[in-house]
Amino acid sequence: MDIHEYQAKEIFIKAGLPVPPGDVATTPAEAETLAKELGGRVVVKAQVHTGGRGKAGGVKLASSPEEARGHAEAILGMSINGLTVQKVLITPAEDISSEAYVGVLIDRKKQSATFMVSPEGGVDIEAVAETNPDAILRVPVDPRYGLLPHQAYRMATFLYEDPKLVKQATRVMHQLYTAFSDNSCSLAEINPLIVTPEGDVKAIDAKVSIDDNALPALPEVAAYRDTDAEPPSETKAREAALSFVKLDGNVGCCVNGAGLAMATMDLVKYYGGDPANFLDIGGSSNPDKVVAALEIITADPNVKVILFNIFGGITRCDDVANGIVEATKRIDIQTPIYIRLTGTNETEALAILKDAGFSAYTSMDEVVETAVQFAAQA
Amino acid sequence: MSIFIDTSTRLAVQGITGRDGSFHTQQMVEYGTNVVAGVTPGKGGQSFEAGDRSIPIFNTMDEAVQATGANASVVYVPPAFASGAIMEAADSGVDLVVAITEGIPVQDMTRAYAFVRDRGARLLGPNCPGLISPGKGKVGIIPAQITTEGPVGVVSRSGTLTYEAVHQLTEAGIGQTTCVGIGGDPIIGTNFIDCLEAFTADPDTRAVVMIGEIGGTDEQEAAAWVKANMDIPVVGFIAGQTAPPGRTMGHAGAIISGSAGTAEEKIRVFEENGIAVARRPVDIRDLIKEALGL
Repeated sequence: MDIHEYQAKEIFIKAGLPVPPGDVATTPAEAETLAKELGGRVVVKAQVHTGGRGKAGGVKLASSPEEARGHAEAILGMSINGLTVQKVLITPAEDISSEAYVGVLIDRKKQSATFMVSPEGGVDIEAVAETNPDAILRVPVDPRYGLLPHQAYRMATFLYEDPKLVKQATRVMHQLYTAFSDNSCSLAEINPLIVTPEGDVKAIDAKVSIDDNALPALPEVAAYRDTDAEPPSETKAREAALSFVKLDGNVGCCVNGAGLAMATMDLVKYYGGDPANFLDIGGSSNPDKVVAALEIITADPNVKVILFNIFGGITRCDDVANGIVEATKRIDIQTPIYIRLTGTNETEALAILKDAGFSAYTSMDEVVETAVQFAAQA
Repeated sequence: MSIFIDTSTRLAVQGITGRDGSFHTQQMVEYGTNVVAGVTPGKGGQSFEAGDRSIPIFNTMDEAVQATGANASVVYVPPAFASGAIMEAADSGVDLVVAITEGIPVQDMTRAYAFVRDRGARLLGPNCPGLISPGKGKVGIIPAQITTEGPVGVVSRSGTLTYEAVHQLTEAGIGQTTCVGIGGDPIIGTNFIDCLEAFTADPDTRAVVMIGEIGGTDEQEAAAWVKANMDIPVVGFIAGQTAPPGRTMGHAGAIISGSAGTAEEKIRVFEENGIAVARRPVDIRDLIKEALGL
């Protein structure tokens, strides 16, 4: 789960990181008041779950509270990569002598948390990794011992020579690791970590992603979820414990298993169609889940056809067939449904579906091709 | 032959009294897997009835291993306790730990994996369907009726997509040595290369199916390994060509971050390294037929 910069700052502050003050505003008037409290010279930053805010005009420097109000007016309601800005962060404008990058993420290859630090901050770190890989130091952390003092010190000396800065940066490394491990992050990033002309090291940006699997154990962090920042269909899917991602096509997909769901979407594309969504209904044949899935899919006005692809292994096909029949009795669906079921108890399942008037198939290719053709003509 | 499990496997089931644990223990016993012990804290001394077998239940893995000589375990424990169960299994001295549980926090897994590695045990999963060696036994949840004995090794990050591919092979009369699901999480104990190494060492495996998906670079490293080390044909499939970047597609590990994790990139690297890539799941069967000269 991605959280907003202002929420990430709260996590950073709890871990003791040197973060400048600031607060969020949802109206231009609030922005002006905050700017006044912060001394007038502020940065107005769009709070959206996407990169490239600066390029899109979502980050602006203001030299007075009035100017901050004007910037907030322009930024609030702006669309950045398809996401509407509903909040802006107001934070004091800092004078900057140098910018560095410090991040911790889960490195799949090393199978541990790994720090990445670079004296080239304030820019896209992936670009630095490509053009100047030597400018990045990577330090894997053994999860049993945590970040060790010499590792933190080594990274700090990679960024700075001045012992005063090294001392501050060493502390930053430990604090960032605390934030990362206490909040089960998959990513915690400071970009940039700045040095002010007075010689203070400060984290002036914060980016944090939380491991979804850890959310049940972290209610305070889970409360950071911003349902306004996601399509309503994804909120509803999560509440129904369905794995769902909205896409732009017109073939609604309902599949058991994540890998098969992706392969089904790919096959829709192969036959010239476009999937409207990713949806993994899981191993369940519970009619409530099927109802929720159908409600979510049919709420999308783009959807011209609904495609079920179920492989019955442990899941019994006849249970799923009964779930579909039951679900369509409970909600009125005008969109045609094409169903493919194969595996355990498929014969019984096909009989149940045909009795209820559905088109049922056993071949994945046949059902996908047929559904795509229908969607193209509809 | 088979990889990782065979007829000498003596299995302990962790979480044997839970809903999933009890159902799948019945299935494993029915298939002929030698389930020697169950472990559920607080239920030691009871027993689990499966067919004509009465399987003793222990409070701890240590007791289970001492009393029954178990040499492998399978974990059906809920996510909050699963990483602890994995470490307990490794500490008890079993050689193989198969973790079925989905939803274990990643940072828990980094600790558990480091621990298991130190103990010298093999971890399969988590968030995986386990493995089956047709005719010999199964550990996990792969439905036995879709498999049959034969010359093809199957390794995959997915569950039902693997069933789809295996089912089509079986329907076409092509059997399998072992089918392994390595799991869909970012941190997993056994990767593609571990399985490819084992298949290469198995004289009965004459071709391998490798089913990958978006996220990470495990497939790319495996492809280079195939080119450098394998003489038998490998057929590949990658799911997620239509997945948008930055979104988790069901499996916690199925997320494109940067250019390396895309399906296009993985397919390109597969082909560069001599792996025949199936465009549709059904093509896996046809490419294997071709590779085996059937």
